[in-house]
Amino acid sequence: MLATSVQSNELDPKQAIYDQVLPARRPWMQLIKKGQTLRIIDLGGNQAVDVLIYNAADQGDRYSAPDTIRNQGNIFITTGTKLYSSDGNVLMTVLHDTCGKHDTSGGACSRESNSVRYGLEKKWLHACVENYLYALKDYGMGKQDLVSNINFFMNVPVSEDGTLQIVDGISEPGSTVDLRAEMDVLFLISNCPQINNPCNAYNPTPIQLVIWDAV
Amino acid sequence: MLSESQFNIDPSLVIWDEIIPGGTYWSRIIKKGTTLRISAPEGSRGFSFLCYNADNIIERYNTADTAKIQFNAFLKKGKLLYSDMGRVLFSITEDTCGNHDTLSGCSNVSTNSAKYGEGSFYRSSRDNFLLALAKRNMGKRDIMPNVNWFAHVAVDSIGNLVWAEQMASVGDFIDLRAEMNVLAVLSNTPHVLDPSPIYDPTSIQVTVWNTPAYRNDDLCRTSCPEAIRGFQNTDAYFEELSALAR
Repeated sequence: MLATSVQSNELDPKQAIYDQVLPARRPWMQLIKKGQTLRIIDLGGNQAVDVLIYNAADQGDRYSAPDTIRNQGNIFITTGTKLYSSDGNVLMTVLHDTCGKHDTSGGACSRESNSVRYGLEKKWLHACVENYLYALKDYGMGKQDLVSNINFFMNVPVSEDGTLQIVDGISEPGSTVDLRAEMDVLFLISNCPQINNPCNAYNPTPIQLVIWDAV
Repeated sequence: MLSESQFNIDPSLVIWDEIIPGGTYWSRIIKKGTTLRISAPEGSRGFSFLCYNADNIIERYNTADTAKIQFNAFLKKGKLLYSDMGRVLFSITEDTCGNHDTLSGCSNVSTNSAKYGEGSFYRSSRDNFLLALAKRNMGKRDIMPNVNWFAHVAVDSIGNLVWAEQMASVGDFIDLRAEMNVLAVLSNTPHVLDPSPIYDPTSIQVTVWNTPAYRNDDLCRTSCPEAIRGFQNTDAYFEELSALAR
Protein backbone atom coordinates (compact mmCIF):
# COMPACT_ATOMS: atom_id res chain seq x y z
CA MET A 1 0.00 0.00 0.00
CA LEU A 2 2.79 2.38 0.82
CA ALA A 3 4.46 1.57 -2.51
CA THR A 4 1.34 2.79 -4.32
CA SER A 5 1.55 5.99 -2.38
CA VAL A 6 5.10 6.69 -3.52
CA GLN A 7 4.34 5.79 -7.15
CA SER A 8 1.31 7.95 -7.59
CA ASN A 9 2.37 10.82 -5.48
CA GLU A 10 4.97 13.28 -6.63
CA LEU A 11 4.90 15.48 -3.56
CA ASP A 12 8.44 15.80 -2.22
CA PRO A 13 8.62 16.09 1.58
CA LYS A 14 11.65 18.38 1.16
CA GLN A 15 9.45 20.88 -0.65
CA ALA A 16 6.82 21.00 2.08
CA ILE A 17 6.05 24.35 3.69
CA TYR A 18 4.84 22.70 6.91
CA ASP A 19 5.80 19.38 8.47
CA GLN A 20 4.87 18.73 12.09
CA VAL A 21 3.85 15.88 14.36
CA LEU A 22 0.59 16.46 16.21
CA PRO A 23 0.80 14.63 19.54
CA ALA A 24 -1.87 12.17 20.59
CA ARG A 25 -5.12 13.65 21.96
CA ARG A 26 -4.42 17.18 20.67
CA PRO A 27 -6.38 19.67 18.51
CA TRP A 28 -5.05 21.55 15.47
CA MET A 29 -6.61 24.25 13.31
CA GLN A 30 -5.05 26.08 10.41
CA LEU A 31 -5.83 27.94 7.20
CA ILE A 32 -5.14 25.83 4.10
CA LYS A 33 -5.01 28.01 1.00
CA LYS A 34 -6.60 27.16 -2.32
CA GLY A 35 -4.35 24.79 -4.24
CA GLN A 36 -2.34 23.68 -1.21
CA THR A 37 -2.26 19.99 -0.33
CA LEU A 38 -2.45 18.65 3.21
CA ARG A 39 -1.19 15.15 3.94
CA ILE A 40 -2.28 13.39 7.13
CA ILE A 41 -0.10 10.45 8.14
CA ASP A 42 -1.36 7.86 10.62
CA LEU A 43 2.06 7.23 12.12
CA GLY A 44 1.15 4.43 14.50
CA GLY A 45 -1.80 3.00 12.57
CA ASN A 46 -5.43 2.69 13.61
CA GLN A 47 -5.68 6.31 14.82
CA ALA A 48 -8.95 8.13 14.18
CA VAL A 49 -8.43 11.73 13.00
CA ASP A 50 -11.62 13.76 13.43
CA VAL A 51 -11.88 16.58 10.91
CA LEU A 52 -14.17 19.51 10.12
CA ILE A 53 -13.57 21.96 7.27
CA TYR A 54 -14.90 25.52 6.85
CA ASN A 55 -14.99 27.89 3.91
CA ALA A 56 -12.50 30.50 5.20
CA ALA A 57 -14.50 33.32 3.57
CA ASP A 58 -17.82 32.20 5.12
CA GLN A 59 -17.50 30.02 8.18
CA GLY A 60 -21.22 29.20 8.06
CA ASP A 61 -20.48 27.32 4.85
CA ARG A 62 -18.93 24.18 6.31
CA TYR A 63 -18.32 20.53 5.61
CA SER A 64 -21.53 18.59 5.08
CA ALA A 65 -21.42 14.84 5.55
CA PRO A 66 -24.84 14.24 3.94
CA ASP A 67 -24.06 16.38 0.87
CA THR A 68 -20.70 14.63 0.46
CA ILE A 69 -22.27 11.18 0.84
CA ARG A 70 -25.20 11.92 -1.46
CA ASN A 71 -23.19 13.55 -4.23
CA GLN A 72 -21.00 10.46 -4.62
CA GLY A 73 -23.73 7.97 -3.70
CA ASN A 74 -21.51 6.23 -1.15
CA ILE A 75 -21.03 6.62 2.59
CA PHE A 76 -17.22 6.22 2.59
CA ILE A 77 -14.53 8.77 1.82
CA THR A 78 -11.60 7.69 -0.36
CA THR A 79 -9.50 8.75 -3.34
CA GLY A 80 -11.55 11.00 -5.60
CA THR A 81 -14.10 12.03 -2.99
CA LYS A 82 -15.06 15.67 -3.22
CA LEU A 83 -15.72 17.09 0.24
CA TYR A 84 -18.82 19.25 -0.13
CA SER A 85 -20.00 22.14 1.99
CA SER A 86 -23.55 22.78 3.18
CA ASP A 87 -23.89 25.50 0.51
CA GLY A 88 -22.89 23.05 -2.22
CA ASN A 89 -19.26 24.11 -2.71
CA VAL A 90 -16.33 21.71 -3.03
CA LEU A 91 -14.05 22.49 -0.10
CA MET A 92 -11.36 19.89 -0.77
CA THR A 93 -10.70 16.84 -2.92
CA VAL A 94 -9.17 13.59 -1.71
CA LEU A 95 -6.22 13.23 -4.08
CA HIS A 96 -4.81 10.06 -2.69
CA ASP A 97 -5.56 7.58 0.06
CA THR A 98 -3.61 4.49 1.08
CA CYS A 99 -6.14 3.37 3.70
CA GLY A 100 -9.06 2.57 1.37
CA LYS A 101 -12.00 4.10 3.17
CA HIS A 102 -12.76 6.62 5.86
CA ASP A 103 -15.89 7.24 7.91
CA THR A 104 -18.20 10.25 7.91
CA SER A 105 -21.24 8.75 9.67
CA GLY A 106 -19.99 8.15 13.22
CA GLY A 107 -19.40 11.76 14.26
CA ALA A 108 -17.05 12.92 17.00
CA CYS A 109 -16.85 11.65 20.55
CA SER A 110 -17.95 14.04 23.27
CA ARG A 111 -17.99 13.87 27.04
CA GLU A 112 -21.77 13.80 26.80
CA SER A 113 -22.08 11.00 24.24
CA ASN A 114 -19.40 9.03 26.09
CA SER A 115 -21.53 9.27 29.23
CA VAL A 116 -24.45 7.69 27.37
CA ARG A 117 -22.45 5.07 25.51
CA TYR A 118 -20.03 3.90 28.17
CA GLY A 119 -21.27 5.02 31.61
CA LEU A 120 -22.10 8.32 33.29
CA GLU A 121 -18.68 8.47 34.97
CA LYS A 122 -17.00 8.55 31.51
CA LYS A 123 -17.97 12.18 31.11
CA TRP A 124 -14.70 13.18 32.73
CA LEU A 125 -12.62 11.70 29.92
CA HIS A 126 -11.11 13.91 27.22
CA ALA A 127 -13.05 13.91 23.93
CA CYS A 128 -12.97 15.28 20.40
CA VAL A 129 -15.66 17.91 20.99
CA GLU A 130 -13.46 19.35 23.77
CA ASN A 131 -10.60 19.60 21.26
CA TYR A 132 -12.85 21.16 18.65
CA LEU A 133 -14.20 23.84 20.97
CA TYR A 134 -10.72 24.65 22.27
CA ALA A 135 -9.38 25.18 18.74
CA LEU A 136 -12.46 27.00 17.40
CA LYS A 137 -12.43 29.65 20.14
CA ASP A 138 -9.32 31.25 18.64
CA TYR A 139 -11.27 31.87 15.42
CA GLY A 140 -14.30 33.34 17.17
CA MET A 141 -16.20 30.14 16.50
CA GLY A 142 -17.93 27.67 18.79
CA LYS A 143 -20.51 24.98 19.28
CA GLN A 144 -22.79 26.31 16.55
CA ASP A 145 -20.03 25.40 14.11
CA LEU A 146 -19.99 21.70 15.00
CA VAL A 147 -21.65 19.27 12.60
CA SER A 148 -21.11 15.67 11.54
CA ASN A 149 -17.42 15.32 10.74
CA ILE A 150 -14.98 13.10 8.88
CA ASN A 151 -13.14 10.38 10.77
CA PHE A 152 -10.04 9.65 8.76
CA PHE A 153 -8.56 6.19 9.36
CA MET A 154 -11.70 5.08 11.26
CA ASN A 155 -13.73 2.05 10.19
CA VAL A 156 -17.51 2.29 10.61
CA PRO A 157 -19.33 -0.19 8.37
CA VAL A 158 -23.08 0.26 7.87
CA SER A 159 -25.20 -2.79 7.02
CA GLU A 160 -28.23 -2.93 4.78
CA ASP A 161 -30.47 -2.86 7.85
CA GLY A 162 -28.71 0.27 9.09
CA THR A 163 -26.55 -1.44 11.73
CA LEU A 164 -23.61 0.84 12.43
CA GLN A 165 -20.64 0.19 14.65
CA ILE A 166 -17.12 1.49 15.20
CA VAL A 167 -14.94 -1.57 14.67
CA ASP A 168 -11.25 -2.41 14.49
CA GLY A 169 -9.29 -0.14 12.23
CA ILE A 170 -8.07 -0.89 8.73
CA SER A 171 -5.31 1.70 8.78
CA GLU A 172 -1.73 0.39 8.75
CA PRO A 173 1.07 2.39 10.38
CA GLY A 174 2.12 5.04 7.86
CA SER A 175 -1.23 5.23 6.07
CA THR A 176 -1.70 8.58 4.37
CA VAL A 177 -4.48 10.68 2.94
CA ASP A 178 -3.79 13.71 0.72
CA LEU A 179 -6.35 16.52 0.52
CA ARG A 180 -6.17 19.42 -1.94
CA ALA A 181 -7.93 22.64 -0.97
CA GLU A 182 -10.31 23.84 -3.70
CA MET A 183 -10.80 27.14 -1.89
CA ASP A 184 -9.25 28.77 1.17
CA VAL A 185 -10.41 26.59 4.05
CA LEU A 186 -10.06 26.42 7.81
CA PHE A 187 -9.07 22.87 8.65
CA LEU A 188 -9.91 21.61 12.14
CA ILE A 189 -8.51 18.38 13.60
CA SER A 190 -9.04 16.52 16.81
CA ASN A 191 -6.49 13.74 17.10
CA CYS A 192 -9.04 11.48 18.76
CA PRO A 193 -8.46 10.67 22.45
CA GLN A 194 -11.18 7.98 22.66
CA ILE A 195 -10.19 4.92 24.72
CA ASN A 196 -13.57 3.21 25.07
CA ASN A 197 -13.83 1.69 21.60
CA PRO A 198 -11.40 0.27 19.01
CA CYS A 199 -11.16 3.46 16.89
CA ASN A 200 -7.69 4.19 18.27
CA ALA A 201 -6.80 0.60 19.20
CA TYR A 202 -7.37 1.78 22.83
CA ASN A 203 -4.12 3.73 22.54
CA PRO A 204 -4.24 7.22 20.97
CA THR A 205 -1.08 7.98 18.98
CA PRO A 206 0.52 10.98 17.20
CA ILE A 207 -0.12 11.89 13.57
CA GLN A 208 2.01 13.84 11.09
CA LEU A 209 0.73 16.81 9.10
CA VAL A 210 2.49 17.98 5.95
CA ILE A 211 1.45 20.88 3.70
CA TRP A 212 2.64 21.69 0.17
CA ASP A 213 2.00 24.84 -1.81
CA ALA A 214 0.17 24.61 -5.11
CA VAL A 215 2.43 23.12 -7.77
CA MET B 1 -44.95 0.31 25.80
CA LEU B 2 -47.94 2.37 24.81
CA SER B 3 -51.15 0.51 24.27
CA GLU B 4 -52.77 -0.27 20.92
CA SER B 5 -55.34 2.40 21.63
CA GLN B 6 -52.73 5.06 20.90
CA PHE B 7 -53.31 4.53 17.18
CA ASN B 8 -56.45 6.60 17.68
CA ILE B 9 -55.88 9.69 19.79
CA ASP B 10 -58.59 10.59 22.28
CA PRO B 11 -59.85 13.98 20.93
CA SER B 12 -59.81 15.41 24.45
CA LEU B 13 -56.00 15.01 24.46
CA VAL B 14 -55.39 16.98 21.26
CA ILE B 15 -53.76 20.40 21.71
CA TRP B 16 -53.06 21.32 18.09
CA ASP B 17 -54.00 19.86 14.74
CA GLU B 18 -52.94 21.25 11.40
CA ILE B 19 -52.48 20.27 7.77
CA ILE B 20 -49.10 21.16 6.23
CA PRO B 21 -49.48 21.59 2.45
CA GLY B 22 -46.90 20.04 0.16
CA GLY B 23 -43.88 22.28 -0.51
CA THR B 24 -44.27 24.34 2.66
CA TYR B 25 -42.55 24.42 6.04
CA TRP B 26 -43.71 24.44 9.63
CA SER B 27 -42.22 24.84 13.07
CA ARG B 28 -43.53 24.65 16.59
CA ILE B 29 -42.27 24.15 20.13
CA ILE B 30 -43.44 20.75 21.36
CA LYS B 31 -43.77 20.88 25.13
CA LYS B 32 -42.20 18.16 27.26
CA GLY B 33 -44.78 15.49 27.95
CA THR B 34 -46.72 16.07 24.76
CA THR B 35 -46.35 14.09 21.55
CA LEU B 36 -46.03 15.29 17.97
CA ARG B 37 -47.81 12.93 15.60
CA ILE B 38 -46.96 13.42 11.95
CA SER B 39 -49.24 11.49 9.64
CA ALA B 40 -49.72 11.05 5.92
CA PRO B 41 -53.45 11.23 5.18
CA GLU B 42 -52.71 11.03 1.45
CA GLY B 43 -49.45 9.05 1.75
CA SER B 44 -46.13 10.88 1.59
CA ARG B 45 -42.87 10.87 -0.36
CA GLY B 46 -40.98 12.02 2.71
CA PHE B 47 -40.26 15.26 4.52
CA SER B 48 -37.16 16.76 6.15
CA PHE B 49 -36.88 17.53 9.84
CA LEU B 50 -34.66 19.30 12.38
CA CYS B 51 -35.09 19.70 16.14
CA TYR B 52 -33.54 21.62 19.02
CA ASN B 53 -33.84 22.09 22.78
CA ALA B 54 -36.39 24.93 22.67
CA ASP B 55 -35.08 26.38 25.94
CA ASN B 56 -31.47 26.47 24.71
CA ILE B 57 -31.24 26.13 20.96
CA ILE B 58 -27.47 25.62 20.92
CA GLU B 59 -28.38 22.09 22.08
CA ARG B 60 -29.57 20.30 18.99
CA TYR B 61 -30.30 17.01 17.32
CA ASN B 62 -27.14 15.07 16.51
CA THR B 63 -27.50 12.52 13.74
CA ALA B 64 -24.14 10.85 14.31
CA ASP B 65 -24.59 10.49 18.09
CA THR B 66 -28.13 9.19 17.54
CA ALA B 67 -26.81 6.53 15.15
CA LYS B 68 -23.76 5.39 17.10
CA ILE B 69 -25.44 5.39 20.52
CA GLN B 70 -28.14 3.09 19.09
CA PHE B 71 -25.81 1.17 16.74
CA ASN B 72 -28.08 1.91 13.80
CA ALA B 73 -28.30 4.69 11.22
CA PHE B 74 -32.04 4.26 10.63
CA LEU B 75 -34.85 5.44 12.87
CA LYS B 76 -37.88 3.39 13.87
CA LYS B 77 -40.22 2.70 16.79
CA GLY B 78 -38.46 2.46 20.15
CA LYS B 79 -35.50 4.60 19.13
CA LEU B 80 -34.56 8.01 20.48
CA LEU B 81 -33.44 11.27 18.92
CA TYR B 82 -30.39 12.36 20.90
CA SER B 83 -29.10 15.89 21.26
CA ASP B 84 -25.39 16.73 21.13
CA MET B 85 -25.49 16.96 24.93
CA GLY B 86 -26.15 13.28 25.57
CA ARG B 87 -29.84 13.92 26.27
CA VAL B 88 -33.06 12.82 24.64
CA LEU B 89 -35.09 15.24 22.53
CA PHE B 90 -37.76 12.87 21.22
CA SER B 91 -38.76 9.23 21.73
CA ILE B 92 -40.27 7.43 18.75
CA THR B 93 -43.21 5.88 20.58
CA GLU B 94 -45.11 4.74 17.50
CA ASP B 95 -44.16 4.31 13.87
CA THR B 96 -46.15 2.53 11.19
CA CYS B 97 -43.50 3.08 8.50
CA GLY B 98 -39.98 2.25 9.73
CA ASN B 99 -36.38 2.76 8.53
CA HIS B 100 -36.43 6.53 8.27
CA ASP B 101 -33.35 8.08 6.62
CA THR B 102 -30.67 10.08 8.43
CA LEU B 103 -27.81 9.84 5.91
CA SER B 104 -28.90 11.65 2.76
CA GLY B 105 -29.41 15.21 3.93
CA CYS B 106 -31.85 17.58 2.32
CA SER B 107 -32.76 19.02 -1.06
CA ASN B 108 -31.42 22.42 -2.07
CA VAL B 109 -31.80 24.78 -5.03
CA SER B 110 -29.26 22.83 -7.10
CA THR B 111 -30.72 19.39 -6.50
CA ASN B 112 -34.22 20.66 -7.20
CA SER B 113 -33.18 22.46 -10.39
CA ALA B 114 -31.44 19.31 -11.62
CA LYS B 115 -34.52 17.19 -11.00
CA TYR B 116 -37.49 19.44 -11.71
CA GLY B 117 -36.04 22.28 -13.80
CA GLU B 118 -35.53 25.90 -12.86
CA GLY B 119 -38.27 27.64 -10.96
CA SER B 120 -38.99 29.11 -7.58
CA PHE B 121 -42.10 26.95 -7.29
CA TYR B 122 -39.91 23.98 -6.41
CA ARG B 123 -39.21 24.89 -2.81
CA SER B 124 -36.26 22.97 -1.37
CA SER B 125 -35.77 21.64 2.14
CA ARG B 126 -32.73 23.81 2.76
CA ASP B 127 -34.52 26.99 1.71
CA ASN B 128 -37.53 26.02 3.81
CA PHE B 129 -35.28 25.37 6.81
CA LEU B 130 -33.59 28.76 6.32
CA LEU B 131 -36.95 30.56 6.20
CA ALA B 132 -38.35 28.73 9.22
CA LEU B 133 -35.18 29.38 11.20
CA ALA B 134 -34.91 33.04 10.13
CA LYS B 135 -38.20 33.72 11.89
CA ARG B 136 -36.59 32.55 15.11
CA ASN B 137 -33.42 34.59 14.55
CA MET B 138 -31.56 31.45 13.55
CA GLY B 139 -29.64 30.81 10.36
CA LYS B 140 -27.53 28.40 8.36
CA ARG B 141 -25.11 27.77 11.20
CA ASP B 142 -28.10 26.22 12.97
CA ILE B 143 -28.68 23.67 10.20
CA MET B 144 -27.11 20.31 10.92
CA PRO B 145 -27.61 16.93 9.22
CA ASN B 146 -31.35 16.27 9.25
CA VAL B 147 -33.83 13.41 9.47
CA ASN B 148 -35.90 12.40 6.45
CA TRP B 149 -39.05 10.80 7.81
CA PHE B 150 -41.15 8.52 5.62
CA ALA B 151 -38.15 7.75 3.39
CA HIS B 152 -35.93 4.68 3.38
CA VAL B 153 -32.43 4.82 1.92
CA ALA B 154 -30.55 1.54 2.33
CA VAL B 155 -26.78 1.05 2.30
CA ASP B 156 -25.38 -1.85 0.26
CA SER B 157 -22.37 -4.06 1.08
CA ILE B 158 -19.84 -1.59 -0.37
CA GLY B 159 -21.42 1.50 1.14
CA ASN B 160 -23.52 2.67 -1.80
CA LEU B 161 -26.78 4.43 -1.01
CA VAL B 162 -29.80 2.61 -2.41
CA TRP B 163 -33.10 4.43 -2.78
CA ALA B 164 -35.72 2.05 -1.42
CA GLU B 165 -39.12 2.71 -2.91
CA GLN B 166 -40.75 2.51 0.49
CA MET B 167 -42.63 5.58 1.49
CA ALA B 168 -45.58 6.35 3.70
CA SER B 169 -48.89 4.82 2.66
CA VAL B 170 -52.19 6.52 3.31
CA GLY B 171 -52.63 6.78 7.08
CA ASP B 172 -49.04 6.02 8.08
CA PHE B 173 -47.74 8.05 11.01
CA ILE B 174 -44.94 8.55 13.53
CA ASP B 175 -45.34 9.62 17.15
CA LEU B 176 -42.52 11.70 18.61
CA ARG B 177 -42.85 12.13 22.37
CA ALA B 178 -41.08 15.28 23.54
CA GLU B 179 -38.67 14.48 26.39
CA MET B 180 -37.80 18.16 26.80
CA ASN B 181 -39.33 21.29 25.27
CA VAL B 182 -38.36 20.72 21.66
CA LEU B 183 -38.36 23.13 18.73
CA ALA B 184 -39.38 21.03 15.72
CA VAL B 185 -38.81 22.37 12.20
CA LEU B 186 -40.08 20.51 9.16
CA SER B 187 -39.99 20.99 5.42
CA ASN B 188 -42.68 19.10 3.55
CA THR B 189 -40.68 18.63 0.38
CA PRO B 190 -39.79 15.46 -1.57
CA HIS B 191 -36.77 13.45 -0.45
CA VAL B 192 -33.62 14.62 -2.21
CA LEU B 193 -33.00 11.13 -3.64
CA ASP B 194 -36.60 10.56 -4.72
CA PRO B 195 -36.12 9.81 -8.43
CA SER B 196 -39.55 11.07 -9.46
CA PRO B 197 -39.16 14.08 -11.82
CA ILE B 198 -42.57 15.37 -10.77
CA TYR B 199 -42.68 17.79 -7.86
CA ASP B 200 -45.84 16.69 -6.10
CA PRO B 201 -45.40 16.62 -2.31
CA THR B 202 -48.65 15.70 -0.59
CA SER B 203 -50.09 17.34 2.50
CA ILE B 204 -49.09 15.92 5.84
CA GLN B 205 -50.85 16.35 9.16
CA VAL B 206 -49.36 17.38 12.48
CA THR B 207 -51.20 16.64 15.70
CA VAL B 208 -49.84 17.62 19.11
CA TRP B 209 -51.45 15.74 21.97
CA ASN B 210 -51.07 15.29 25.69
CA THR B 211 -49.25 12.05 26.28
CA PRO B 212 -50.31 9.64 29.01
CA ALA B 213 -47.73 9.29 31.77
CA TYR B 214 -45.17 6.72 30.76
CA ARG B 215 -45.05 3.45 32.63
CA ASN B 216 -42.00 1.95 34.28
CA ASP B 217 -41.65 -0.52 31.42
CA ASP B 218 -41.82 2.24 28.78
CA LEU B 219 -40.14 0.84 25.66
CA CYS B 220 -38.20 3.97 24.76
CA ARG B 221 -36.89 4.62 28.27
CA THR B 222 -35.79 1.07 28.95
CA SER B 223 -34.81 -0.53 25.64
CA CYS B 224 -31.05 -0.63 26.38
CA PRO B 225 -28.47 0.65 28.91
CA GLU B 226 -27.71 3.60 26.63
CA ALA B 227 -31.37 4.69 26.67
CA ILE B 228 -31.45 4.46 30.45
CA ARG B 229 -28.35 6.66 30.70
CA GLY B 230 -29.71 9.08 28.09
CA PHE B 231 -32.78 9.57 30.25
CA GLN B 232 -30.67 9.84 33.40
CA ASN B 233 -28.88 12.77 31.73
CA THR B 234 -32.20 14.27 30.58
CA ASP B 235 -33.84 13.89 33.98
CA ALA B 236 -30.80 15.49 35.65
CA TYR B 237 -31.14 18.48 33.33
CA PHE B 238 -34.77 18.95 34.36
CA GLU B 239 -33.88 18.61 38.02
CA GLU B 240 -31.43 21.47 37.45
CA LEU B 241 -34.09 23.59 35.72
CA SER B 242 -36.74 22.93 38.32
CA ALA B 243 -34.31 23.81 41.12
CA LEU B 244 -33.77 27.17 39.43
CA ALA B 245 -37.52 27.75 39.23
CA ARG B 246 -38.04 27.14 42.94
